[in-house]
Formats: sequence, C-alpha cells, structure tokens
Amino acid sequence: MRDNSELIHFIFGRLTWDAIPFHVPILVYTFIVVAILGIALLGTITWMGKWGYLWREWFTSVDHKKIGIMYMVLGIIMMLRGFSDAVMMRLQQAMAFGGSTGYLPPEHYDQIFTAHGVIMIFFVAMPMVVGLMNVVMPLQIGARDVAFPFLNNFSFWMTVAGAVLVMLSLFVGEFARTGWLAYPPLSGIAYSPDAGVDYYIWSLQIAGVGTLLSGVNMVVTIIKMRAPGMTLMKMPIFTWTALCTNVLIVAAFPVLTAVLVLLSLDRYVGTAFFTNDFGGNPMMYVNLIWIWGHPEVYILILPLFGVFSEVVSTFCGKKLFGYASMVYATVVITILSYLVWLHHFFTMGSGASVNSFFGITTMIISIPTGAKMFNWLFTMYRGRINFDVPMLWTMGFMFTFVIGGMTGVLLAVPPADFELHNSLFLVAHFHNVIIGGVLFGLFAGINYWFPKAIGFRLDAFWGKVSFWFWLSGFWFAFMPLYILGLMGVTRRLSHFDDPSLQIWFQIAAFGAGLIFLGILAFLMQIYVSIRNRASLRDHTGDIWGGRTLEWSTSSPPPDYNFAFTPLVHELDAWADMKQRGYQRPVQGFLPIHMPKNTGAGVILAFLAMACGFAMIWHIWWMAGASFVGLIGSAIVHTFNYHRDFHIPAEEVARIEDTRSRLLAQL
Amino acid sequence: MSTHATDAMNAPPAQGFYLTEEHHPENGTMLGFWIYLMSDCLLFAVLFAMYGVLGGNYAAGPGPKDLFELPTVLLNTSMLLLSSITYGFAMLEMARQRKGATLLWLAITGCFGVAFVSLELTEFAHFIHDGAGPQRSAFLSSFFAVVGCHGVHVTAGLLWLGTMMAQIQVKGFRPTIQRRMLCFNLFWHTLDIIWVALFTVVYMLGAGA
Amino acid sequence: MLPRVLRRLSMSLLALLMSGCSAVVLHPSGDVALQQRNLIIASTVLMLLIIVPVMVLTGWFAWHYRQSNTKAHYDPDWHHSTGLELVIWSAPLLIIIALGAMTWIATHTLDPYRPLGRLAATRPVPEGTKPLKVQVVALDWKWLFVYPDYGFATVNELAAPVDVPIEFQITASSVMNSFFIPALAGQIYAMPAMETQLHAVINQPGNYEGFSANYSGAGFSDMHFRFLGKSQADFDAWVQSVKSGGGALTREGYLALARPSEREPVKHYAEVAPGLYDLILNLCVQPGKMCLRDMMKIDAKGGLGMAGVHNVGRLAYDRPPALNAGQSEPPTGLAYVLALCATPGPLWSPAPPAAAAGN
Repeated sequence: MRDNSELIHFIFGRLTWDAIPFHVPILVYTFIVVAILGIALLGTITWMGKWGYLWREWFTSVDHKKIGIMYMVLGIIMMLRGFSDAVMMRLQQAMAFGGSTGYLPPEHYDQIFTAHGVIMIFFVAMPMVVGLMNVVMPLQIGARDVAFPFLNNFSFWMTVAGAVLVMLSLFVGEFARTGWLAYPPLSGIAYSPDAGVDYYIWSLQIAGVGTLLSGVNMVVTIIKMRAPGMTLMKMPIFTWTALCTNVLIVAAFPVLTAVLVLLSLDRYVGTAFFTNDFGGNPMMYVNLIWIWGHPEVYILILPLFGVFSEVVSTFCGKKLFGYASMVYATVVITILSYLVWLHHFFTMGSGASVNSFFGITTMIISIPTGAKMFNWLFTMYRGRINFDVPMLWTMGFMFTFVIGGMTGVLLAVPPADFELHNSLFLVAHFHNVIIGGVLFGLFAGINYWFPKAIGFRLDAFWGKVSFWFWLSGFWFAFMPLYILGLMGVTRRLSHFDDPSLQIWFQIAAFGAGLIFLGILAFLMQIYVSIRNRASLRDHTGDIWGGRTLEWSTSSPPPDYNFAFTPLVHELDAWADMKQRGYQRPVQGFLPIHMPKNTGAGVILAFLAMACGFAMIWHIWWMAGASFVGLIGSAIVHTFNYHRDFHIPAEEVARIEDTRSRLLAQL
Repeated sequence: MSTHATDAMNAPPAQGFYLTEEHHPENGTMLGFWIYLMSDCLLFAVLFAMYGVLGGNYAAGPGPKDLFELPTVLLNTSMLLLSSITYGFAMLEMARQRKGATLLWLAITGCFGVAFVSLELTEFAHFIHDGAGPQRSAFLSSFFAVVGCHGVHVTAGLLWLGTMMAQIQVKGFRPTIQRRMLCFNLFWHTLDIIWVALFTVVYMLGAGA
Repeated sequence: MLPRVLRRLSMSLLALLMSGCSAVVLHPSGDVALQQRNLIIASTVLMLLIIVPVMVLTGWFAWHYRQSNTKAHYDPDWHHSTGLELVIWSAPLLIIIALGAMTWIATHTLDPYRPLGRLAATRPVPEGTKPLKVQVVALDWKWLFVYPDYGFATVNELAAPVDVPIEFQITASSVMNSFFIPALAGQIYAMPAMETQLHAVINQPGNYEGFSANYSGAGFSDMHFRFLGKSQADFDAWVQSVKSGGGALTREGYLALARPSEREPVKHYAEVAPGLYDLILNLCVQPGKMCLRDMMKIDAKGGLGMAGVHNVGRLAYDRPPALNAGQSEPPTGLAYVLALCATPGPLWSPAPPAAAAGN
C-alpha cells in the first residue's frame, strides 16, 4: 500500500483529487459551461473539417497580420474571463454588508481579485496591445513582415501557454491569494504553501518570455525594416509609440523575470531573499517588481496614445498637430517611466526627500502627457471631424482620461497618497486610466484597423451601442469608488460593516452591469459584421481616407503586404502619395521572398507549458522531461534551414490583377 | 551585403512611389541578439543589486572570507578567459573557411568551458557540503543566485557551442551559420565581462573586505 | 452629450458628499489628516485650472468642427504653431512647478517620522509636552497596541487623549499590513522585522475606525480596531480601567495571540513582558531564537565563520501554515538562527516584576 502511494506521489507530485474543486459549486458550474462551450467549439471545428486549415493557415503562421489577429482573439477571450471576475467582485461587495459575508468566502474572493488583476494586465491588455502592434506596425513601415517571423509565432504561443495555465488554475488547484503583484512574505512558502502562487509565477514567467522576445523582434523590425526614405522623424506616430513601448518591454521585462526567479527560489529551494529570518528583505521584492511594474503601465498606454493620434488625424481630415512634440513627449515619457516606481509605495516609510523626489518625477510625466492631450485637441481645431466609431472612442478617452490623469497626479503627492493609498480611490484611478486610456484605445484601434486586417468594416450601430454602454458603465462603476475612497474604504475587502456604504457599491455594480452590456454589444458588433460582411466589405483598401502606408495596400493585405516596397518622402506617406497622384503598379512584378510557416512555435510553447504545470505540482519527472524536450526541440529547430520560399511573380501578378479588377468596379 | 539598401535609404528616387526592384533590408539578427544581450545584462543587474543589498547579511553564519578560495576562482577565471581567446581563434579559422581547424578550436573552447563549469560546481558542492548552502543566509542566497545564473548561462553556451559544431560539420559555413557564430561570439564575451564584474564584486571585494 | 450629463451628475454627487460627514478623508478629526485633506483639495484645484479648460475646449472643438458644420474653417494642412506649442508645454510645466514646490514642502512637513510641531493650525505644541508613545504590532488578523510608558497593552482598541501628540512605532508579526486611521492621519506600512513611525494628534473626542489598509490574507477584511479619542480625564479613567482589569501579556501569551485568528474581540492586558515590542521587532519572541539586532552586530563583524553554519533550528510551533486552509503538505524552510547563549530559563512571568527579564 505504502509503495503504491509513493509511486502515485512520484507520478502526480502533489496533484491529488483534492485539488479539483468539486466542493465549490460556482466552479463546477463554470467548468460545466466552459466544457460544453469548448466541446461545442471543438466539435464544430472537427465537423467542418477545419483543423487542417487552422493549423496550416493560422497556428503555424508566421504572418504578422495573422499572429496579430490571434493575439486579439486571445485578448478578447481572456477579457471575458477577467470581466467575469470583475462582476463577481462587484456583486460580492454590493451584497456583503452587516452580518452578511456575501456569497464568496475570502479564500475564493481573494483568488478572484488576484486573477482579475493578473489576467487583465497580462492576458488582456498585453496581448491586445501586442496584437495591434503586430497587425499595424509592419504595414505602417512598408515591411513584408517582422524581423524574426518565427520568433513572433513562438512569442504568441508562449503568451497562450501562460494564459492556459491561468485558466487551468480555475479547475485544477487554485490561483494565488496575494494580490496581483504577489508581495512577499504573503506570497512566500510560509504563508502561501499551496499551488496558487506557483501558478502565478509560472504563467507570468512563460508569458513573459514571449513578451520579451516579441519586444526584441519589434524593436529590430522598426529600426531595420522601414521602407526606403522613412527616416525616424517620418515614421507614423503609432510606430513611434510602438518603438518606445518595445524598448520599454526589452528594458523592463528582464527585471520581472529576475524577481520571479528569486521568488521561485525562495519557494522551491528555500533561499532567503524575501524572508526575514536569514537576513533577506521583502522590500527588495516590492522595489524590483515596481521597477518592472511602472514601465509596464506605459508599455500598455503608449501604443494607445499612438492609436488616438492616428485616429484623430484621420477622422479630422488633417495632419496631426505638433508631430515633433508628440514624438518628444513619447520619448520623455519612456525615459521618465523608469524614475517613478517608488510612488507605488510612499507609505513604506522612505524619507521625505526620497518620497518627494519620486512624487515630483511622477508629476513631471504629466507635462508631456498634457502636451499630447493638447496636440490631439489642436488637431481637432480647424478640422472636419467625422464622428465614426473610432473617433467616438477617442472622444470618450479625452473626457475620461484627463480625470484619471488628475487623480494620478493627486496620488503622486506623498502626503495625499498617505490618505488615499490602497483605497478604492486608487482602484478608481487606475481603472480610470486603464479603461479610459488602454481599453478605449484598443476599441478605437479595433474599429479603425479591423477593415484593414479583415477586409470589411465593423457595424457602426452596434459599435456605438457598445461605446455608450462602456462609457456610461465606466462612470457608474468607478465614480462611486472614488467617493468610497474618500470615505476611507480600502481595497480588497470581501465584506463591510458600515451599511451606509452599500448604496455606492450597488451603483458600482450597476455600472458593471452597463459595461457587461457594452461587452455584449461589442460581441454583437462582431457577429453582425460577420453576418453582413458582404455589404460592409471594403475594396478600396483605404476606407477612412487614411494617411499612413497601411492604407495604400488592399484590405486585407496580401501575404506579402506590398507588391513593391513603397518609397517614403514625407511624413504621412500615403497622404503624400495620394496628393502627388499615386498610380498603382500593375506590371513588372517580381518573385517575393517570404518566410515559411512552422509548427515549432506551438510545440515549444506546449512543452514550456507542460514544464510549468509540472513545476507547479512538483511532478519532477515531467518537469525534467519536458524541459529536456524543450531544449531538444529548440536545437532540432536550429537545423531547419528551409525557412523561406518565393512567391512566384505570376502569383503576385494574379493577386494584384484581382485587386485591379475590384478597384475598377468601384 | 546591404550596401544597396543603405544607398536606397539615403537617396530615394526623387519622385518615385515605390522601389521597382526587391527591397532587401539589412539583416537584423545581430542587432536583435545584441538587444537580447542587453536585456540579459539587466537580469544580471538585478541579481547584482540583490547581492549588493543582501551580500552583508550572513545571518550569523559564514561570510565570504570564510568561504572563498581565491586561487581556485582565479584558475576558474583563467579557464573562461582562455576559452574566449580560443573562440577568437575559431572565428579566425572560420574567416579562412577552414572547417577542421575551426572545429578543433571550438572543441578546445568547449573544454575550457566545461572546466569552468566543473570547477564552479565543485565549489558549490563544497559549500553545500559544509552547510553553507543557499538556504543558510541571504548572503549565500544571493551569492548562489548571481554566480549560479552566470553558470547557467555558460552551460547554455556550451550546449549552443555543441550545436554549432554539429551544424558546421553538417552544413558548412553558410551565411546563417557564420551569423550564429558571430552571435555566439557576442554572447561568450558578454559572459566574460559579467564574470569579470562578478569576480571583482563578489570574490575580490568579498575576500578582501 | 451623455458624458457631460454624467459629469454633472458626478459633480453633484461630490457636492452631496462634501456636505455629509461620511467622507472621513474630507472631514478628518486630527490635525495631520486635516493638513493632508487641505493638500488634496489644493492640488485638485490647481489641476482643475488646466483640466477644466481642456475639457471645455474638447467639447467646444468637437461640436464646432463636426463634419456637418460646413461653416467652420477647415485647414487640413495646419499642423504647427510655435507659439501654441510653447503654451501647451509651458502651461502644464507651470502648474507642475507650483505643485512640485507644494509637494516638496508638504512631504517634509508631513513626514510621518517627524515629531509634530503643532496641535492645530494656530496652536504649536506647548513646551515640555510629553507625547504619548504607542507601539503597534499588526498580527494575523488583529492589532496589538503596547503603551510602553504605562506598561499595559490592548488588542483591537487604541485610545489617546485629545490634543496630545502621539508617537507610534509600528511593526508586524508576519506579513505586510498598513496601519491606517483615516480620521487621525495617513497610513504607513507595518512590516515584519522593520519599524516605521507615525506622529499624529487627535483634536476631537470620538470613536474612530482604524484598520489595515494593505491586504494580508484570509482574515484581512475583519482586521479593524477602534480608535478612541478621549478627553484627558476620560483617557486617565480608561488607563485605570485597563490597569485594574488584570491579565498579563507574557511571551508565551504573545505567541499564542500571534497565531492567525479573525474577529478577535477587544482585549486588555494590565501588564506586558518587558521589551516585548523589541523582541517582536527583532523576531525573537520565540525562546532560543537569535534576535535580528544581535545577528546584525555579528554580521557587521564578518559573521560567525564556518562554526555558525549549523546554528540553525526549526520552528516548533505551527505559526504560519495554518494561514491557508487546505494546504496539502507542511511548508519547508521555516528555519531560524539559534540564539548564541541560549539560556532558556524562565521566561518573564508577571508576578515578580522585571526580575528575570531576558536579554
């Protein structure tokens, strides 16, 4: 009997039937729903015989546009999960008053707010931002693909692997109960001995590798692969923000990797980095994680600033006001974002001079940000503003974000922060900038570039419905939190004593309900647009009267993006080409050199995920085997020298002729 | 390799809308690898910072003076530096397109690398055997982390080196392979630089202080 | 249009809030919190100087330059104006210079480590005032308050006389918390093995809420305490009642108290083991464990050499693992460094005071 149990322990590590939450009805129902939906989806794909198509055309694709679209799909799916967590929290806090402790016990509730933060940042905002950059940036610089197409595919699948691990924690074991940054000592082995923090560590570590590599990839793409004539100061503003963001990724994510490695060593090996008994120091963790964490905020927001710039200029039918100052502002923000991390913990008791230094550097960031805001404003001045859906999101952003910016500067004043830190005011602030900035920007970007990426535009009616629900939902959900923060209510509480607070939480829950309708309307928008794709189709390739190179090719662009690489003479290259009477080339096509699809990315990421899962559950044989497999497959992949091919000139001619015919019919 | 691309960058045809020949942007592998190395340096910077903060916390246990044996470490250092020199010879032989000699120098480089890792592992084993493992104090934790991380990099480099030898054997000196050899060159020298910093900050300052 | 309606709605909500008394951050009862409140309002007003024009301009431009308004001037090539650029960079700059100066001054005057200079706006601290000292320990999940000058301790109840400066020394037993009484003063973290300080004064008698403002695990939501601002006479009476209530907090008693528990009722201890707070701060309440203070002294001299390698023990009592329900195996690594001259002897017991106190 005993031998048997040792064998089972060897095979399954600490994974037992107890880890499956049969006793938590919410999770069982969720699992049933997810399982039914999953089986339905997989069944449909099988029934339609689409696996081969998906594998050949999407999963193994190294085409930056397809990878970008897959990133967006991942982000949208994960947003549904992250939002479910948000709704559960809002309901819990709206219910749990007086004697009632709500419907979620603390050990469940604590996982939910941790998972909500982790998922929204790492698996919603990051994939969607990276996805947007993937789809748009190479097109904007007139490139055929990114610098390292295979790496791009690998990065995507590593992100998926991280996301899968987080989702797995819902049904196998549990997620961390530490808050989204997992401060030790709470996240140490002594206070979080179970698998939750390990899920946190390994999912972020695996996704982080993907993000870092994708950062390297895009920096090189922007530096090396711009179309001839596109000097740095003729780069589209979105590409500029993408460059800055990816520089930030490259310079910030190693810190996250390192700090998570150290936390893992504390948990797995018993080292003393972040525990006190042997001379370690948990404050080091807090410092290091925010040295990554603050740049991360700008990694998320900068590309969306780029989106707003493109949208404002396009929909006002004008050049962007103050392009140069926009670029300088972006670069200044990039640099300053490294000098402000301590403002996340003024209350740790650093001296007054240290606190004021970081407070003031934080405020200084608001200067370039303010300049950007004015630049958008004066782009509207003397414009012809077309309030189509992307522009609506931009207007929503301009009204919402300034409030978030203001409360942010307020929190940067250390003595004010002492009263407001960790309160719901803080929660309201960062949702104000992340929803009002990042999310609104993503929706603006999706509505703006969807026709470019897919070939037909999104339905405007449902887009507007989604916008208004989101906007009003945001204000209803988060203004009460500002007020509650001023009432001294702190975050992450699962129940309350003071019944006078309840009304505010109920308003906030109502706001979450409106946002839910906004999300439904967005899904409806996609559904309706796919159904009406014939009438929404865009054959011009330039549906909005765009100004940058991505609008010079067809929608969706051919695999090779541009039959001939465009030559850039001016900022807003496409607007310039149109003005000078651009004639589309219709002959003299050459064979085009392209990278080949490969399944290596999927395989490597799967092995990385298996290794992470095994480490989480202490299944050492599986961790070893999958790690060896990972290294081995990577080495085998380096022996593959058949990574590219040529699209024959006739094929290019055929694709371009088809487009010529379509254009002629307009 | 990329002269005409650079020329095109500098002087686009005055009014043209597009290039009529195929555009060949400069290969970005070296830049990309260099950026990766910089990010790797940041990883080490964090570990160095940990060592800087926690390196004096011996938890009433042994300190660097009780543990470090500079002669061994010096020997270790020379192994790593020699391996860099021999790799330089391999690069020279590659420039002359001499396969056998290149492989020989790579093998010698590998031997020095293996010697380095073995010496380091011996040192670690010795510490752990004496009870001065990474759990004993924050100083030892950060010592094992920063030195161990370098060791892991060297080990990964050795795997890479072996792979490159196999590839040269099978595929010869293709441009891709030459580029990879250059990348490895950067990698190996970066590890040298990091080791010199380690040797100074951890071993010399530790044993001397 | 809807955003503007919403904004007006939120403005009126704010006004409602200002009039009511429930927004404790805006209506504090202590001078430090009051100054922090004033700073919040001043910064907000300063920023509104630029936020309001931006929002008004945004609304106006959006309306005026809408596509359907063909009468509006349209100039697609207008994209630069040096004068305007100067304004849009310098206007925020000026505001940040003002705000930055305010921040620098306020951060120094309201530094929680700095002894108070005044009791209220017009009342400096009288010469020779002896501040009330309170040692605060965040436990899982309750608060221990030790009054070193009075020699007693309380759990989840803190009292202080009105208009007397209070000096808090703050630490924690296990994980990070944040000590926060919004009506009194801003928060500061409570961290194990580290001490933070807070200086504050309460100006109005009352029963205020205090709590942990940093998530610390399962029992976090109930980690409240009451802060009682009392007149000097009432405070003296309260001190008397605690002192006469009996009970003593020994080191063993503390170790039992430190175990995780939720919704702990108010407790009073008439006596406290001497130096208990110091032992907590140095992580050596557990007999036989080396105090961090001693460890740091030894480390400063270069450690104990190889002889110190095995001077390590394992924690005897089940401190932290009980934190999380349902863990499957005991955590590893809960080791500690042994005290050098471990003379366990009798730990302090309350009957013969201060006789056999260790260390």
